[in-house]
Amino acid sequence: MQFSFSDEQDQFRAIIQRFLREKSPTTEVRRLMATERGYDSEIWRQLAEQLGLPAIHIPEIHGGSGFGPVELCIVMEEFGRYLLCAPYFASSVLATTAIMNGATAAEQAELLPPIASGERIATLAFTEPNGRWDATGVELTADLAGGDYLLSGTKSFVLDGCSAELLIVVAREPGTSGSQGLSFFRVEPDAAGLVREQLQSMDATRKLARLTFTNTPGILLGELGSAAAALSRTLSLAAIALANEMVGGAQALLDSAVSYAKMRVQFGRTIGSFQAIKHKCADMLLEVESAKSAAYYAAQAAADNDSDLPALASLAKACASDAYMHTAANCIQIHGGIGFTWENDTHLWFKRAKSSEVFLGDPSYHRELLMQNREL
Amino acid sequence: MAESNNMSNYDEASLRAEVTAWLAANWDPQLSLIDWRTRLTESGWAMPQWPAQWYGKGVSAQLAAVVAEEFAAVNALGVASGGPGRLAAVTILEHGSDAQKAQYLQRILTGEDAWCQLFSEPGSGSDLAGSTTRADFDGSQWLINGQKVWTTSAHHATYGLLVARTDWDVPKHQGLSYFVLDMQQPGVEVHQLRQMNGHASFNEVFFTDARIAADQVLSNVGNGWQVALTTLAHERRLADVLRATAARSKLEGPIYEEERAETAIVMEPYQWYPQRAGRVDLVGARAKSTGAINDPAIRQEIAKLLIMSQTAEWTARRARAAQEHGRPQGPEGSLGKLASSNVARAASHVHTLISGADAMLTGSDSPLDGIIAEILVSVPAISIAGGTDEIQRNIIAERVLGMAKEPRADTGPFRDVPKNTV
Repeated sequence: MQFSFSDEQDQFRAIIQRFLREKSPTTEVRRLMATERGYDSEIWRQLAEQLGLPAIHIPEIHGGSGFGPVELCIVMEEFGRYLLCAPYFASSVLATTAIMNGATAAEQAELLPPIASGERIATLAFTEPNGRWDATGVELTADLAGGDYLLSGTKSFVLDGCSAELLIVVAREPGTSGSQGLSFFRVEPDAAGLVREQLQSMDATRKLARLTFTNTPGILLGELGSAAAALSRTLSLAAIALANEMVGGAQALLDSAVSYAKMRVQFGRTIGSFQAIKHKCADMLLEVESAKSAAYYAAQAAADNDSDLPALASLAKACASDAYMHTAANCIQIHGGIGFTWENDTHLWFKRAKSSEVFLGDPSYHRELLMQNREL
Repeated sequence: MAESNNMSNYDEASLRAEVTAWLAANWDPQLSLIDWRTRLTESGWAMPQWPAQWYGKGVSAQLAAVVAEEFAAVNALGVASGGPGRLAAVTILEHGSDAQKAQYLQRILTGEDAWCQLFSEPGSGSDLAGSTTRADFDGSQWLINGQKVWTTSAHHATYGLLVARTDWDVPKHQGLSYFVLDMQQPGVEVHQLRQMNGHASFNEVFFTDARIAADQVLSNVGNGWQVALTTLAHERRLADVLRATAARSKLEGPIYEEERAETAIVMEPYQWYPQRAGRVDLVGARAKSTGAINDPAIRQEIAKLLIMSQTAEWTARRARAAQEHGRPQGPEGSLGKLASSNVARAASHVHTLISGADAMLTGSDSPLDGIIAEILVSVPAISIAGGTDEIQRNIIAERVLGMAKEPRADTGPFRDVPKNTV
């Protein structure tokens, strides 16, 4: 197991940081989060053409750059730090991973190249209004009618669901339950009977949609009825990627809190000279570094195909969720009144922390999964 | 260690050849422990990293590990490794005169003399430099008056490493001196200190006109704080040495038995230390045997503990990896102590939940023959000993995060600094 990044990985990180410092200042975050689509297609094009980021963990034979989960997670950490507004998590993490895990080689050869080049933005629609984060929560059905699959039901909390140009949908064979009878389908955005509605997301940088399917045609991906394992592997990697995004955001908040505490003067001293503030910051540092250790370890474990991956993914997700949320709340507290204003940037990360805490399952859910997946 | 100029004399192969040959000719498990260690210290293979004229070979840490490998291969014993003696040795080696080195080092390494560390006082715990034990020079010798506390092994120590105040009219760090004190004299009284967990691992030491000869100051008068920093820097590493010693194999033969008896004495005060750290290793078995594993609320707390304890370990591994790659240490290197306190507290909480009403019991009525009770009443020590959590947080905030220090009330002459009155 590697416990440090290679020089090449550090250089890769530095390149992404340079790009984001320039392209994703909070003025841009604020501008884009107020738009319906939530991202700038010109920035997305640069991200794809200059940095090749949508291709990062896609195999070279499918137009990707053939890196792995560790590099993907470096990207995620930096996106989290700079709150980049882009459909990256939807397309490059969720949809890409689902296709890589669940589609046949021929389907991958068709679907992955345009995603890798950034020309096509995809998303994975698996959650429903019941808000459950595993396969057993899927109720949407796929009926075989005259050789075609017709999907009926509702998907919710679908990331970038309104703007995505390709939908990967998890559906079940009627009459099945649990992890039985699940399949992936590809659905075109203009398919018949599909209604896409934007939800009002508290974190405006993370666009969520409700998708209603009424006898909507879908094309089967992979083998019928056997998507459960692929979905579970996909969700493990997604949880790890999100954990890495969260530790990037948590670090940004810690930096902000510490630099404000060093600057703000009350009672004739910088507030950072008071132990009440110092101790809070020291505890934040410990929590953020612990969450990084878990997020990095899990990314490396994914790269190594570790059999303990589900447990490690849950561990990293639970740990990062708590660390991000605590850091966000403390960052506002240390800023005092100004930290509660719209003008101050802290709430941008606070809201990302809040939605990330719940997205893909909250800490209690993942702690329970950790207990189920780890032999004590 | 400017003397260690003979590093280039060895490469790994020549060193290995020489140490192997020396062991073949000299290692003899029939010797008494002291006779063997006397032979060993005189050879220079005792402390390979030390300078050649002081029981070493002046080699790098890497080559010293080669020596250790060859010793282990033939089950040859090393020098006395335990306890404060090792701290005394490194401090004397760095700051002592040649006469002091000649007087003390060899008998520390052979284990003939035991030592103790006389630093903490009832009035100065976190604020170690606030020592008020006084050393007054009467024209021919130093007279010591005052009290020390938390002194491990004082009751069987031959010598003590003493920090005492020699000048009250300068700022506090400048008025301290560092002495070697003969513990076996009428002016030194040692009392055991009983702890809330029932053990008595430490002592209180009282000085009433205890005497120290003029040539027993380490470094210069007034330079005691600098010398103390050397001792403190090695204190952390001592814990690793102790663990390694305790783990040594159960070889048969009188010399091994002698060493085991010595180790047992050195380790005696530390028996409850695993419990102090919370015994995360017991949680799984306890949860299963009690059925607590089926309680959703307890499962959440166990998971929190597992996360905390795993991430603490991984963070330490990240710090080591950075060091091994020769990178500047990141913040992850300063967090271990605070992390262990958090883990211990969480473990104590989980053991309480798992044990339920049994957590009210102690001794043989408590689960695991009293181990659980010992965890519950030993964990409060971990966030105090070796630097409180509060001091650790100050250090992290000031040195890692670069936040300003508190305004100080103790920068003037020490005489005028507010002190404890009881």
